[in-house]
Amino acid sequence: MTTETLRTAVVRRRSATFGRARIRPVLTHLALAAAALVMLYPVIWMVVSSLRPGNEIFREPGLLIKDLEISNYRVGWNALTEPFTRYLLNSAAVVFGAVLGNLVSCSMAAYAFARLEFAGKKFWFSIMLVTIMLPIHVVIVPQYILFSQAGWINTFLPLIVPKFLATDAFFVFLMVQFIRGIPRELDEAARIDGCGKAGIFLRVILPLMVPALATTTIFTFIWTWNDFFSQLIYLTDPKMYTVPVALRSFVDATASTNWGSMFAMSVVSLVPVFLAFLLGQRFLIKGIATTGIK
Amino acid sequence: MSALGELSTLGRNKPPGQGKTKKRDNLAGYLFLTPWLLGLFVITIGPMLASLYLAFTDYNLIQAPEWIGLENFTRMLSDQRLHNSLQVTFTYVFVSVPLQLAVALLLAVVLDRGVRGMAFYRSIFYLPSLLGSSVAIAILWKQVFGTEGLLNQVLQPLGFDGKGWISDPSTALGTLVVLNVWTFGAPMVIFLAGLRQIPAMYYEAASVDGASAFRRFRSITLPLLTPIIFFNLVLQIIHAFQSFTQAFVVSGGTGGPSDSTMFYTLYLYDRGFGNFDMGYASAMAWFLLVIIGVFTAINFIASKYWVFYDD
Repeated sequence: MTTETLRTAVVRRRSATFGRARIRPVLTHLALAAAALVMLYPVIWMVVSSLRPGNEIFREPGLLIKDLEISNYRVGWNALTEPFTRYLLNSAAVVFGAVLGNLVSCSMAAYAFARLEFAGKKFWFSIMLVTIMLPIHVVIVPQYILFSQAGWINTFLPLIVPKFLATDAFFVFLMVQFIRGIPRELDEAARIDGCGKAGIFLRVILPLMVPALATTTIFTFIWTWNDFFSQLIYLTDPKMYTVPVALRSFVDATASTNWGSMFAMSVVSLVPVFLAFLLGQRFLIKGIATTGIK
Repeated sequence: MSALGELSTLGRNKPPGQGKTKKRDNLAGYLFLTPWLLGLFVITIGPMLASLYLAFTDYNLIQAPEWIGLENFTRMLSDQRLHNSLQVTFTYVFVSVPLQLAVALLLAVVLDRGVRGMAFYRSIFYLPSLLGSSVAIAILWKQVFGTEGLLNQVLQPLGFDGKGWISDPSTALGTLVVLNVWTFGAPMVIFLAGLRQIPAMYYEAASVDGASAFRRFRSITLPLLTPIIFFNLVLQIIHAFQSFTQAFVVSGGTGGPSDSTMFYTLYLYDRGFGNFDMGYASAMAWFLLVIIGVFTAINFIASKYWVFYDD
């Protein structure tokens, strides 16, 4: 906190020395606000359009609503073979499983890498780092064959089970970084008090790494919620569709004729992401700054 | 430190004697590592080896894989659609990544000057990074750049002729480039974190010497930020090579119009999961891995000449 204030003070002095005129910050703000508006305009416009009658969407670049039309949501909700509730619940189930899996498996691996000494640790750690950069496409075909032979097509298992096996190595790395920052003296104290390796993990490390766990939760939530490729491949039965797959088949089914309800359902699909963003901003920003995950 | 930084320092020697004094406990280590190791072998390395084998076979999921040697690879040599998809992907990567990073750096520098409400702007600019990969945004993009879309509604009163940006093969890829640039928030946050590491006294010394703002940026900010630029560059290139969702949704899964948005991954999906040509798709997947590997290697080699480490 103090370094923060010190820094701001330095920055302020810096800009005071350099900003010849007082007009400069005003211009910066105007430019930034304009940029922010341009960036978010399409999204805001989509929300507004979802509340307009279909024929108005194509005439109105502005944000004023003349006739409020909420039927887009009702129509969109029931436009596919299953009501949208079903897809939301499916997505929620997948997200829940993925989050739980990542929290359990990644924290275990991270604890081993950050705190335990064992033969071959360096080797496995470098393998783990390399897998972060491995494209999913190299494994997707055999994975598909594997899961289809296991009879897992049209179940959520292919989307959840890998998470319990720490395949999202970013989070292992993120947690390793975090655990490295926890003083080892705490482990020592717990050990003297009679804690074993598992005890130290459960009673000392896990409670202290809540911020890292929160970051993992929020990123896993948003990524899994948005994930399209693997859900498209593994879920072909409309009953099992998740939100992104349902939205996509919505586009195909209505062939761009019903933008109003398409936007309405798009908005619905983005609401959880917005909420996760609002609640977890702090963790998201920290997480991305330390590991570069998106 | 970032994963990339960590990786590049792995080879370097740690101080001697460390580790020897520590008591090893192999059992505990491997017990905690069990889920990850299982995943590594069953979900990653196993499938990788299988896909390497399948790359040399003809396999349609129904009949047993048939060994055909290098046939998939020779077929790739003469596959015009594949060549086109490579061209589309390369264009996308080489145009959108530098643009995205330039915008990210520009805004990071502006925000780092202690702008009031910096956290607010940072959040706003970061938000699209979270939304960008969603189907909903791809649907939105389809409308924004459509014939009757938002862009044309804005352009027409200004005297521009509207056109179907997405239905025109010459501009369709451009709309996806814009979409990728739009998600500059993630690299921007990394740049911001990097800028915080630069000691303010460097700038103070430079301004005492009478350096202009541009000069300070060029001679202090840029060199000290090169490791972060490098990190972002490697990551975003790998990321961009794998783009799929946006092109898939915008083109209705066809990579159209006239294959102008047929990303390599889209073509791979089309071969593997559209036509169940699993052998060929595997060969394509390995070629993608080689391409990404080569680019990452080139990046690492080239980095010796332009990335500056302060320590």
